[in-house]
Amino acid sequence: MMTSFLPLVAAVLFSIGAVGVLVRRNAIVILMCIELMLNAVNLTFASYSYELRSMTGHIFIFFVMTVAAAEAAVGLGIVIAVFRKRQSADVDDVNLMRW
Amino acid sequence: MDWGLVLFYFFAALAVVGGVMMITRKNAVHSAVYLVLTFVSVAGIYILLGADFLFAVQVLVYAGGIVVLFLFVIMLVNLEESRRLSGGKLHLAASAVLTCLLFGMLATLFGRVAVGQPSVAAPLGEGNLQLMGIALFRDYMLPFEVVSLLLLVAMIGAIVLGRPRA
Amino acid sequence: MSDALIRNFIIPLVQVLVVLGVAAGAVAYMTLVERKILAFMQLRLSPRRVGPHGLLQPIADGIKLLLKEDITPARADRALFTLAPIITVIPAFTALALIPFSGGGSFNIFGYPVSPWIADVNVGVVFLLAISSLGVYGIMLGGWASNSKYPLLGSLRSAAQMVSYEVPFGFSIIGVLMLSGTASMVGIVEAQQKAHLWYFVPQILGLFIFFVSGVAETNRLPFDLPEAEAELVAGFHTEYSGMKFALYMLAEYTSMIVVACIVTTLFFGGWLRPFPSVSALAWLNFGLDKLNPALPGFFWFFLKTFLVLFVYLWLRGTFPRYRYDQLMKLGWYWMIPLAIANVILTGGVLLLLRR
Repeated sequence: MMTSFLPLVAAVLFSIGAVGVLVRRNAIVILMCIELMLNAVNLTFASYSYELRSMTGHIFIFFVMTVAAAEAAVGLGIVIAVFRKRQSADVDDVNLMRW
Repeated sequence: MDWGLVLFYFFAALAVVGGVMMITRKNAVHSAVYLVLTFVSVAGIYILLGADFLFAVQVLVYAGGIVVLFLFVIMLVNLEESRRLSGGKLHLAASAVLTCLLFGMLATLFGRVAVGQPSVAAPLGEGNLQLMGIALFRDYMLPFEVVSLLLLVAMIGAIVLGRPRA
Repeated sequence: MSDALIRNFIIPLVQVLVVLGVAAGAVAYMTLVERKILAFMQLRLSPRRVGPHGLLQPIADGIKLLLKEDITPARADRALFTLAPIITVIPAFTALALIPFSGGGSFNIFGYPVSPWIADVNVGVVFLLAISSLGVYGIMLGGWASNSKYPLLGSLRSAAQMVSYEVPFGFSIIGVLMLSGTASMVGIVEAQQKAHLWYFVPQILGLFIFFVSGVAETNRLPFDLPEAEAELVAGFHTEYSGMKFALYMLAEYTSMIVVACIVTTLFFGGWLRPFPSVSALAWLNFGLDKLNPALPGFFWFFLKTFLVLFVYLWLRGTFPRYRYDQLMKLGWYWMIPLAIANVILTGGVLLLLRR
């Protein structure tokens, strides 16, 4: 019951994260939404790992967490660099490279 | 009554509520707090799945590390947000349609794959940490090294990005 | 009432209540002990008006804090301002659930075995690290929600400080985990018993790093930069008063006690008496073990914890406060490399010994 319902929860969380990335303007909130999506993926890994009695899913979650940490560090570094240049963390203001 | 199941629904609901609140709050600090709520709820689900170590790492890395970093940057940057949403009505409508499509696809896919019968027994037993260590350092040695290299690269990148121009 | 209900619900509930009560009392009297010891170190009088030798002072303080007006600043973020002190207290008390206060036996109460710890988790130490890493939120959010300059500076400081010192805090434990081969708190003490060695001997460097980072994690002097009263008025809790202020103090002292308990468990053999295998020293049990084998453990555990707490106060009485850049430099230039060196050294020696 629990594990057949769990991927659905993950799907909901992933979609919420996707909406956030699409509609929000604040770069930091967008990064947070990406973290949420990664977490949703982790949740499916955990649920299938439980179902299949395998450790592999846990290992993948471990790697995903590492990537998430690296992503947060670099992403926030970029946000700070942009803020220093333009006094804004709004993704719509960073449009120098736009067609 | 199966208390595990009740707790599971509770955590799942909390995670979804946290996610929704996170993307709708105007204030980035509030968003971050709701994100912590979601992360801790997901950690709770890990415990229910018998993954104690993942619970600890989830709380330690996500709640204790990443979100603190986010909060730090939010407080440092201290931005006033004029508009919350990006783009015009068309953009929003397209985003909504696309996300509904995405959710539909995911749900049907998971519905098809989902293993029918629920399992009863505890999943991986007590030696969670030991099993994890053995798996990491025997079967997944190379990915482990690659990931540590990735962390190093990310660290150097973050330092270079964050350094003030001389 | 069914057997399972008592076993799985009533007994843990009672254990939790007992631990909470003892911890709250310990915190109250910790404040008095702190003032007494500091007064002794600084050659001045300590509180001595309320009750004999000032023994009722904590109660008077508690009543005073409860009755004080609870002010919320007008421009504050009301919800977070109220929530922040509560968020700080929860992880501090949760960590107590994993501390083995005694061992070697369980108590038999109304026919049910009651262990002298609330929970023994397979990943105990990692769990404790995770829980303690949440303590930073209350401080950060409280400082931010006050919507005032000094608290914000305090919360920014605390965020950087606690995230930085979490790294050596975690790394210094790894040496102990390598020696004991388990991450369970009870297992670590039992491993020390089996090895006839308290881990502060081989892990003296680890102990040093752990304790220093622990002082920084709990924001105590000489690392109390988030509330440095000489620079930031009162840091993150400048705007707090009454019960909310009391909650912050409660959390601070509880996490101090938790760090002392962890130091005792990981490095000083937890509930073990000195030289537990030497039968000539059996009088150190004071005959209590005849009543119950777990009883003398409590005495030794609390004694060691108190000694560690005394070092906390000793530091406060001795060292001036660090400057912020010095604090960061100490963390990143000294503590983290030393902690990594300790891991490598321990691993190398273990490899040589096993050969």
